[in-house]
Amino acid sequence: MESWRRNPLVFWMVGLPPTAWLLLFFLLPLGLIWILSFAELRGLLDMEVTGTLDNYARALDPLYLQIFAKSFLFAAITTVVSLVFGFPVALAIVFAPPRWRALLLLLVILPFWTNLLIRTYALIAVLRTRGFVNFTLEWLWDQGNTVLALLGLGSYQLLGERFEPLELLYNNTAVVIGLVYVHLPFMVLPLYASLEKLDRSLIEAALDLGASQVRAMRTIVVPLALPGIVSGSILVFIPALGSFLTPDLLGGTDSQMIANVIERQFKSANDWPFGAALSFLLMYLTFAALALRALYGRRAARRGAA
Amino acid sequence: MTENREPDRPIIEIAGLSKRYGPIAAVDSVDLTIRRGEFFALLGPSGCGKTTLLRMLAGLELPTEGTIRIDGQDVSMVPANRRPVNMVFQSYAVFPHMTVLENVAYGLKVDGVPKAEVRQRSEEALELVKLGGYGARRPDQLSGGQRQRVALARALVKRPKVLLLDEPLSALDAKLREQMRFELVNLQESVGITFVIVTHDQDEALSMADRIAVMNAGRVQQTAPPAELYEFPRTTFVADFIGSVNLIEGRVEASDPGRVTLSARAVPVPIEIEQDAGLPVGTTGWLALRPEKVDIAKQPPADAARNTVAGTVEEITYLGDASVFHVRVGADHPLVKVTIANVDRVTGRPFTWGDQVHLSWTPTCGTVLAQ
Amino acid sequence: MAAPVGPLDYSRRLWVRLMLLVVFVFLYAPIATLIAFSFNDSRRNIVWQGFTLDYYGRAFRNADLIEAFANSLTIALFATAISVVLGALAAVLLWRFRFPARAGYEGAIALPIVIPEICMGVAMLVFFSRVGWPADLPWPFNLSAITIAHVSFCFPFVAVVVRARLEGFNRELAEAAQDLGATEWQVFRDVMIPFMRPGLLAGGMLAFTLSLDDFVITFFTSGPNTVTFPVKVYSMVRFSVTPEVNAASTILIVVTVVMTAAALWMQHRAGLKAEGAAG
Repeated sequence: MESWRRNPLVFWMVGLPPTAWLLLFFLLPLGLIWILSFAELRGLLDMEVTGTLDNYARALDPLYLQIFAKSFLFAAITTVVSLVFGFPVALAIVFAPPRWRALLLLLVILPFWTNLLIRTYALIAVLRTRGFVNFTLEWLWDQGNTVLALLGLGSYQLLGERFEPLELLYNNTAVVIGLVYVHLPFMVLPLYASLEKLDRSLIEAALDLGASQVRAMRTIVVPLALPGIVSGSILVFIPALGSFLTPDLLGGTDSQMIANVIERQFKSANDWPFGAALSFLLMYLTFAALALRALYGRRAARRGAA
Repeated sequence: MTENREPDRPIIEIAGLSKRYGPIAAVDSVDLTIRRGEFFALLGPSGCGKTTLLRMLAGLELPTEGTIRIDGQDVSMVPANRRPVNMVFQSYAVFPHMTVLENVAYGLKVDGVPKAEVRQRSEEALELVKLGGYGARRPDQLSGGQRQRVALARALVKRPKVLLLDEPLSALDAKLREQMRFELVNLQESVGITFVIVTHDQDEALSMADRIAVMNAGRVQQTAPPAELYEFPRTTFVADFIGSVNLIEGRVEASDPGRVTLSARAVPVPIEIEQDAGLPVGTTGWLALRPEKVDIAKQPPADAARNTVAGTVEEITYLGDASVFHVRVGADHPLVKVTIANVDRVTGRPFTWGDQVHLSWTPTCGTVLAQ
Repeated sequence: MAAPVGPLDYSRRLWVRLMLLVVFVFLYAPIATLIAFSFNDSRRNIVWQGFTLDYYGRAFRNADLIEAFANSLTIALFATAISVVLGALAAVLLWRFRFPARAGYEGAIALPIVIPEICMGVAMLVFFSRVGWPADLPWPFNLSAITIAHVSFCFPFVAVVVRARLEGFNRELAEAAQDLGATEWQVFRDVMIPFMRPGLLAGGMLAFTLSLDDFVITFFTSGPNTVTFPVKVYSMVRFSVTPEVNAASTILIVVTVVMTAAALWMQHRAGLKAEGAAG
């Protein structure tokens, strides 16, 4: 690497366009809503920047605090569920025969290339009352009744008088299912990367020394794959926390997340300063999660170096 | 430990053991017994199946066919964690996220040994491998040799019936390797556990092992003590793999008890060798002749009727302690190697390039092999 | 007889296989159903009634949908072109020069990747309304606001990809070219750009997909006359679930999958060629 002073002309020619764009079309807009978050509403679309902290104070109102908590909870559950399902998948891919590995990996990545909106829409068709999950369940219910009738138990209505479809859509469960559906690949890929680097003879040594498979997983694989677990968790948690589309399309009235509240401030409630304050709070939460990860990374690096 | 074990029974009995990956057999119907308290080596070139065989003993690979008995018990399908054997891995596989002591204690901890005993035994094991006081270190603070000692202590602390070592010295530099050979032998003598070591290095196997099984292409070629392997190889592969050898192809002309006669295109006179195992007359046989057992002279030998051939010195290799003369005995025959110890300081070579020389050997020097 | 399951053959263990099956069914069943039912001859989109291409015809005759699709493609093309240039420059800057507050600059470049989409969306909304960005420009300038927003979140991705590629660059190549008399510009054109090409291609592909797929940020920057495909689909989905939406979605899925596969193939081929040249 050379000092910029050695070649200032080239430095500026290379650096100016991206820097100017970043300043003008990214940092300036962010700065604007930051300033706006300290503004007061005067009339319908009239705002005055007064340096008030009211917008932030309002965010601490139990109503909004509850939404923050719910968003946090949704994101956390999504992360845990993704980890529980993603870990065996990553493990299976790493230990699959080489010619299967690329294919399985591709199958995990493929949904990435499909539009988020379309994937969420596809989930609606599967989950709704007249959707395919319920159809399958109804079919199973019918079959179950046929079997019962054959056994001479048909008149007891053991499975209920008629099939009650499950309410799978427009509630909190639907939101979590949707968030897992969208974010699962983010978990599998870093897990794959860190498990792939793991020296197999370490697991073999643990087994050789008498550890059961479960114990070898717990004491050797999980601790050594921790960087991947942390990366995957952050990669799932952060976008899940700020999700807009999933709760918007799959959620019910009580499954709104922060992003939905922010959207409402800008699109219907027209309370831009409050929306701006909420946006920044969401961003601070994101940065906190990232800082936590950086802290962990540095600790791990120091331990490695020590 | 009090066990009703039969002292004469081999510690490991392998019968008809095969491991196939699709159509390829990594290990091909191997029969092998390893005696209690023995230092046993599996020797062979890379890819001969020796590591697969060792991993089947450990339970890290499961056999396609055949049985493995350890101390009389059939363990063929027993998972690795329930076998009374422990392994020192080629990469040592020292757990990087644990201290040295935690590494050594791991196997005892998973067995549920009481804490105080775990600590005491782990520290003893570290003393045994001369790593006393290193318990608190992390593996990345250790040298390669020290890491290997950790792996050794970790495996020995469980007092296995058999200790398996997969190329344990291959990652060390030459000096350390030589020193570790002695240490491993001494260690084995002091703990009295059966050691099974896998190596591709013949010096290593010859200098450490009580008995050696030479493997090639998934099969055991010969199992014997080092001297027997060297002096009485049973196949050309073994003769060639252990030490240096001249192989001269010929036809078996006569096969009497105690004596085999061979005629070779490269040698104008009959070749007569004293050996017990007779070969069918008329089949192809190979004379295996160690280079240091061939006489080289400017004059023909006294008995020029057998076991001699004339040739020209084509190459000379000076090795310090010895010199190797490569002698051309026929246009399309490989050069015959003859080693002469440099007993005196070399002031002048007895032979030089282009010299006409006569090679000869006694009937007790070589071996005639069928394959 | 099947080979016995070794201790590390996790992919051959029953519970792992069941888990894989569950996960892949979960990931693919909805998309597969969506595609299958775009061919279903029933408005209710529930029971299979027979094969039809009717809804594709309808989707193609839906002028709004076609316009939205054209808008999306236009935006993606412009945003990709600008992003590749800006991203490559940013990557070269960070790779080549030491300058004050370099770590801070690196963080700022990564910011658009990490901040929640909704925050970026509202920031863009506020920005364009505050600066009074004209909304009634002739095509394609009516799409400029969306394009600018897309470039802002796409070019950092390009920078990351190209930077990773540059890590493998042997600086002696550039020095050798200079030693042979090449000017800064000639070195850049003849040595750096050819080396960066796979990275530029991959980055461009990523930018194109991100732009084509983006909903949230576009949602906040599009006006009533500048609707993109995802925004249009969103409004259709909000109304009802119809086979027409399935048909339109299927087209987009096919377009993205085919394009990404083509790009991967091209990258693979370029990689082979580079290997061949090196070997």
